[in-house]
Amino acid sequence: MEEQLNAWDRVLISRSAGRPTSLDYISFIFDDFIELHGDRYYGDDPAIVGGLAGLNGRTVTVIGHQKGRSTKENIRRNFGMPSPEGYRKALRLMKQAQKFNRPIICFVDTPGAYCGIEAEERGQGEAIARNLYEMAGLTVPILSIVIGEGGSGGAIALAVANEVWTMENATYSILSPEGFAAILWKDGKKAPEAASVMKITATDLQNLNVVEEIIKEDQPIGIDNIEEITADMRNKIEAFIKKYDNMTPEEIVKERYDRFRAF
Amino acid sequence: MLKEMFKKTSGLSMSERRQAKKGEHIRTKLDEPQIPDGLFEKCDACGDLIYAEDIVANYYVCPHCGHYFRIRPRTRIRMVLDKGSFEEWDEQLEISDPLEFPGYQSKLEHMKEVTNLEEAVMTGKGTIRGVPVVIGVMASDFMMGSMGHVVGEKITRAVERATKEKLPVILFTCSGGARMQEGIISLMQMAKTSQALKRHDEAGLLYITVITDPTTGGVTASFAMLGDIILAEPNALIGFAGQRVIEQTIGQKLPEGFQRAEFLQDHGFIDKIVERKHLRQILSLLLRK
Repeated sequence: MEEQLNAWDRVLISRSAGRPTSLDYISFIFDDFIELHGDRYYGDDPAIVGGLAGLNGRTVTVIGHQKGRSTKENIRRNFGMPSPEGYRKALRLMKQAQKFNRPIICFVDTPGAYCGIEAEERGQGEAIARNLYEMAGLTVPILSIVIGEGGSGGAIALAVANEVWTMENATYSILSPEGFAAILWKDGKKAPEAASVMKITATDLQNLNVVEEIIKEDQPIGIDNIEEITADMRNKIEAFIKKYDNMTPEEIVKERYDRFRAF
Repeated sequence: MLKEMFKKTSGLSMSERRQAKKGEHIRTKLDEPQIPDGLFEKCDACGDLIYAEDIVANYYVCPHCGHYFRIRPRTRIRMVLDKGSFEEWDEQLEISDPLEFPGYQSKLEHMKEVTNLEEAVMTGKGTIRGVPVVIGVMASDFMMGSMGHVVGEKITRAVERATKEKLPVILFTCSGGARMQEGIISLMQMAKTSQALKRHDEAGLLYITVITDPTTGGVTASFAMLGDIILAEPNALIGFAGQRVIEQTIGQKLPEGFQRAEFLQDHGFIDKIVERKHLRQILSLLLRK
């Protein structure tokens, strides 16, 4: 289907209301997810979920941006735009994963980190920076999968991974096409044009080595095909984890370092 | 009479004058030492006319109102490092244009010409009162100090070399954030620079950031906020999101002093606000073994 859809079409699909969220993927791919809450400093950010889950008898740590599946839930979850507490919760769970030698799987789906007064007061920039910095040193394998919108710093704070995969209709970008057009062309309405030059589609991202793998969506993922697509993802994630069984912690960290060093 | 002593552009604001400068093709390159063009300079903040010499003697701070003029990398290096100790690294790296963005390469060439800089950061090695340091200074006038591949690469190389040579790193930040024209590759620089600093940290080495006006976006959300010690200049604008974006998002005006250095210190994100004239001395004290 990739031939028929342009970049802007995919932006719209990636944001569409019926698109599965992190919790949907988690429930299909993993067994017995237990959500764990809070950053232990200030609060619990509903825009990021995380916890433990089973995968073929093995325990993994799963974290994801979480958009709402209804207007009401979207308001509670701030449309998947995390506050500093969300990133700090994610980091707490990642450090816990390292302690117990568990692989980390992240699902990326955010318009961006929240832009608000409280977020600034509590150090939005520091929280994102800290995640990038600490994730770089984690000795367990990290896989990040972009499932919808991969919005800028808010996205990469969950994506300093050994491998980054993307759904065929997800995007990953420096800024929304609207923001990009507003900054460079002083016209936010030129978003469709911006999308076409920003190289934000799965294929573009793979060509730039920003993602290793594209998860095909013969039709945009939804209620009809999520079972089939996630069954395939489950196998791929198992294979990903297996690859690291014979690697030392130093090798795992080095692989991740080299991946980002190449940019 | 007195009027003739001013440059003909003296009625314009500093930013307008900068625009005027860009229009001229090859003006005398802005070689150091950096002296304002006219005999007098107008302060952006209080509007007073000040003897250019007085501005220079006062560390580019308005002697009337205390406003901090933004200063360029060579000026900063001269103020902070021991005289003649600076050795520049990676002066020229190949430009990156991953989006093949229309007009970007010619814009870079133009910026190089008008700023007499190769990119939005200058890196290298020098000494502060005899103590060797690796230093990086960003330039706000080179595409708003934005970070693309070359800026990220220069900082990463400097940090990696510091780790290898067991040296402390001092980075002076000022940036509008990631460079839009390089798209997602600019975003990757945040991870690249941060991971290099992580290795530097694991080697037990000191990293100091000095945050200067303005530092926002992807630079705040990466190396600016990762110092063992984070200093800032008075009243510097420091934040993740831009003020206009926040106002649009929340639909209200921002409180006075929001995202200024003092605000960040009050909220626990900055160790110390340091006046420019004390910076060299404070840095040399912080570098003590």
